[in-house]
Order: sequence, then structure tokens, then C-alpha cells
Amino acid sequence: MSFPWAEHYTPKMPLMRWLDERLPLPRLVYNAIGAGYPVPRNLNYFWNFGVLAGFALVLQIVTGIILAMHYAPAGAIAFQSVEHIMRDVNQGWLLRYAHANGASFFFIVVYIHIFRGLFYGSYKAPREMVWLLGLVIFLLMMATAFMGYVLPWGQMSFWGAKVITGLFGAIPLVGEPIQQWLLGGFAPDNAALNRFFSLHYLLPFVIAGVIILHIWALHIPGSGNPTGVDVKGPQDTVPFHPYYTAKDGFGLGIFLIAYCLVLFFAPNYLGHADNYIPANPLSTPAHIVPEWYFWPFYAILRAFTVDFILPAKLWGVIAMFASILLLFFLPWLDKSPVRSGNYRPAFKKFFWFGLIPCVLILGYCGGAPAEEPYVMISQIAAAYYFAHFLIILPLISKFETTLPLPNSISESVLHGEKQEAAPFGVDGTKPATAA
Amino acid sequence: MATVENSDEVVGGAPDGVRRRDFINIAAVSFAGVGAVAVVYPLVNQMNPSADVLALASTEVDVSQIQPGQAIKTIWRKQPIFIRNLTEKEIAEANAVDVGSLRDPQTLAERTLEGKQNWLITLGVCTHLGCVPLGAAEGENKGEYGGYFCPCHGSHYDTAARIRKGPAPKNLEVPEYAFTSDTVVQIG
Repeated sequence: MSFPWAEHYTPKMPLMRWLDERLPLPRLVYNAIGAGYPVPRNLNYFWNFGVLAGFALVLQIVTGIILAMHYAPAGAIAFQSVEHIMRDVNQGWLLRYAHANGASFFFIVVYIHIFRGLFYGSYKAPREMVWLLGLVIFLLMMATAFMGYVLPWGQMSFWGAKVITGLFGAIPLVGEPIQQWLLGGFAPDNAALNRFFSLHYLLPFVIAGVIILHIWALHIPGSGNPTGVDVKGPQDTVPFHPYYTAKDGFGLGIFLIAYCLVLFFAPNYLGHADNYIPANPLSTPAHIVPEWYFWPFYAILRAFTVDFILPAKLWGVIAMFASILLLFFLPWLDKSPVRSGNYRPAFKKFFWFGLIPCVLILGYCGGAPAEEPYVMISQIAAAYYFAHFLIILPLISKFETTLPLPNSISESVLHGEKQEAAPFGVDGTKPATAA
Repeated sequence: MATVENSDEVVGGAPDGVRRRDFINIAAVSFAGVGAVAVVYPLVNQMNPSADVLALASTEVDVSQIQPGQAIKTIWRKQPIFIRNLTEKEIAEANAVDVGSLRDPQTLAERTLEGKQNWLITLGVCTHLGCVPLGAAEGENKGEYGGYFCPCHGSHYDTAARIRKGPAPKNLEVPEYAFTSDTVVQIG
């Protein structure tokens, strides 16, 4: 959205004026991410991760297109063609590791992005559409990453493909035909590898399309902010450029340092060693696990061990998909009118001491073998996960006494400045935030 | 012209009745819908198993060299097949189980051919999420029930490859097969 005080686009060069009258593309960019888009002035560093996710997507698309110039999607040579990239293609090792670790970093920034939204109530009115589109992007990301991991055709690739398509096989009646349709056969083989290559190429561009909708939907109400208080006037905002382009640039620098440290010094740390063994359809590795970013969901899948009306296997599949689908209903489950978790004492406790540890525990159990005590722990954690969204959040939003909100964004900002200016231990201001 | 006026009079008599134009509209959209389905069908169906994959439908295996107590792994439809020559003891163990207590109740006789009860032929695909269970090769973990053990999520199968413990919902699947001679079995 453009607030009334947003700066107006006035082309300076004759060429830009000529273009603006025929195809106002520079105007669109100016109003989207230039000085024409006013943004709350109090955004903290958690607001960097949208841009970082966008950068990660570009990184994956560029390295991905390059890798596809040297990769061969056929069962007999896929593994060798990846080794050919590693050994023979100029800087191929760098590009391959950049793509593989890029996926991990994509998920790291997206998980922080999602939990930012969960804490600051970014999913609440009027930003529900932003949230829903974000979840669509997340689902597409997971499908894309899964199919990408299959392409090297190592042991984890093959058995991952078998197990993940096997999830669809758990559906009653139509399950098996669907699995055969996905694989193009009775087990993962050339047909599966070939189509996964095609779809792995397609989906990132679908993601890019949905991201455009995501940003569009965000720019209707404008960015949220850590107080959750609406923008009231020009004193509450600064233009996106140069203020946030600079801040995002700084965040991008930090991100790239972390990424390059892993890329150069521990490129295999986040991967699984068994994927350096070529696929063998006659032998399953003793401990097969998906990539780390799927572990919480994998733990939920495996938490169901008892048949109850439906077979345990189907329950696991339903629960795993439900753990994401229920997030689509979050804007209507959390009825509290206060957006930011900073002013919600009870919510804050359940967020930091309930949800966050719960997801971390699920992640840990998903990577551990399916043995006791991990199975029992993931059962408890999975139960808590669903309880958090379906029971705890609706109840909190009903009974919680929230803290007083600042009158405006600028007030909350100035308050912080006064506090900083005061001598240590002396605080002459009223407590406006609990943070 | 007369017919047009006539039909307009007939169906257009009631102010909120169906007019000829509404019918044409519905018919045209329906026709386009049928066309769309006809176009989408091949786009979807191309992903189903192709002719060369379906051509792998059957395979012949020589079982003359498999001694009692031994098992071999072979491939059918790109999936592992276990062919096991059961010992008398394993047959007795399998028959001693109370079938009603099983998760997927089946007797050994139902899972083998008549007169060939020692030949246990199953898919080597765990019915949970599709891993290959251990127990076919010598020295592998056969699980608590002396049959197969799936290392992925800990499913145990007995000497008739029936599910006894763990998350798998069904017994190891028995494919269609027939003995074409005393020593050759055709699977599929």
C-alpha cells in the first residue's frame, strides 16, 4: 500500500520519462521496494528474513540452472554425472555444494521467517492472505527440495523417493494407483527420476510466481512491525529505500558469511553420508532419514504406532499433512486482537517455553532412530504441537490479560531512545513494553 | 422463424423458466468442459507406468539350488522378491501360531501353493514404508520371530513373513506366481 505521504515517482532522465509513459515498470519497482514504499521505522532484525529467503531462491535458481547443464537424469548415469560435476566441470564442486547447502539455508531463513510471523502475529487481519500464500510457498518449497534430493540417485535419494511416495500409498483404495502414477512404475526407477527432474525445474518458477502474490498481498496493508500497532502517520514510517535496502544489505552480508563458512569448511555437515553410495534397490540403509529440514514432520509421521479405527500408517500421514494444513486456519484460531507477542504475557510463555522447544524436540527425534525413548518423546511433542494451535492458542486469546500497547509506533521508538539515553540503572520512563 | 417464436412462447412463458439461450449456454460450457477433460486426461495419464515398465510383468526363477533354510533375493518389477525354502521347523513354527491373534490373519497354507508349502515367495518390500527387510541373506537379523526384520522402523515378520510387531500394517505381499516345472517358478 502506498500511504498518502509516500514519495511520488518522478522520472528524472528523459529516457525514463519516455518509458514511464509507455510501460511504467520503473514506477512499479519504485513503489514496491523503492522510496515509494513507506515501512514502519521500528522493524528489528527478524524482518530481514523475507529478503534473505528471496535471495536464497535466486541463488537456488541460478545454481540450479547451471547444474542442469551438466546433470543427466537417467538411473544409470545420474550419480556419475553428479561426480562429473564435482570433479571435471570448472568450479562444479563449488556450484554443487552451493546448491545443496543453499537448500538448507533457504529452509533456515524460512523457518525463522515463519516463527517471526508466529510471534509477532503477522498472520492476523489484515494480513491473512500474506500468511496463506506464505504457507503455499512453504509446501512448494518442500516438494521442490524433496525432488531435488532424489536427483543425485544415491541411497538416501532412492529410499527417500520410495518412502515419501509410499506416504501416498497409505491412502485407502486410491493410494497404490497414486503411488504408481507418481513413480511411473512399481518402484523408483528411470521414470521417477526423469519426471522429478522436470518438476524440480518447474516448481521454483511457480514459487517465484507465488512470491510475487505474497509481496503484492503484503503491500496492500503494508509491513507489520514488532509492536503490532498500525501505522498512524508519516512519523511512524521511513521509505524502504534507502533505509531498509541498506539494513537488508547488511543482513545479507551476515547471511552470506554464515553460508560461506558452511559452504567452504563443512559442505557435507548438513547432508547424509549414505547419499554418496549409489542407489541400490535391493538394500535399504539401516537408518534412513530425510534431510534435516523435514525432521519435525518426519517425527510426527512416525509418532503414530497404534492402529485405531484407521491403520497407524495412515494416521501418521494424516497427522503429518495436518501439522501444516492446520496453520492455514491459524488466523481464525488465534482470536486475540493484540497482534504482537510482546504484549501478550501468556502467549509469550507458551511460545518460548512450549512451541519452540516442542518443534526443536520433534526435529531432534525425527533425525534419531525410530526407537524408544525417541518414539515416546515424539508422541508427546506431536500431541503438544497440535494442542498448542488447536487448544492453547484459542484459550489464551480468550482469557489472557494483555499489556497496554504503545499509542503509536513512533512513541514506542522514542521510548526506546529515552531509555538508552538515561544513565545505567536509572529509568525515568513508564514501562510501555514488556520486552 | 415460426418455430423460434413458437418455442420462445412455450419455454419462455413463465418469467423465470429456462430459456433457449440458457440451454445453449449450459450446453456450450458443458461441451467445453468435456473437451477440457479429454485434453487433461492424457496430460495426467502419461505419468502412469509406460509400456516398457509394464513389459517387466513376469520373470522366471530357477529354484533348484535353494536348500531348505536358504533364501534368495531376486528382482521382479524392479522390486526385490524373497524366495525362501522353509525348513520343517519353520513350517511347524508358522503353523503353531493362532491365526486369530495376528494383525493380518493368514495361515501359511494361504500364503503358499498347495503341495509346495515349503516355498515361501514374497515381495521384499516392508508394508510400512517400503524398505527392504533383513533376513534373506545369511547372517542377517531375522527379528524376534525368525523371519524378517525391517531396519527402517523396526517391523518384525515371522517365518511365514506375517507382520508380528512394529508399525507395518500388512504381511509381506505374496505376488502371483506358479511353478512351471519342479524347479522353475514364474512370478507375475
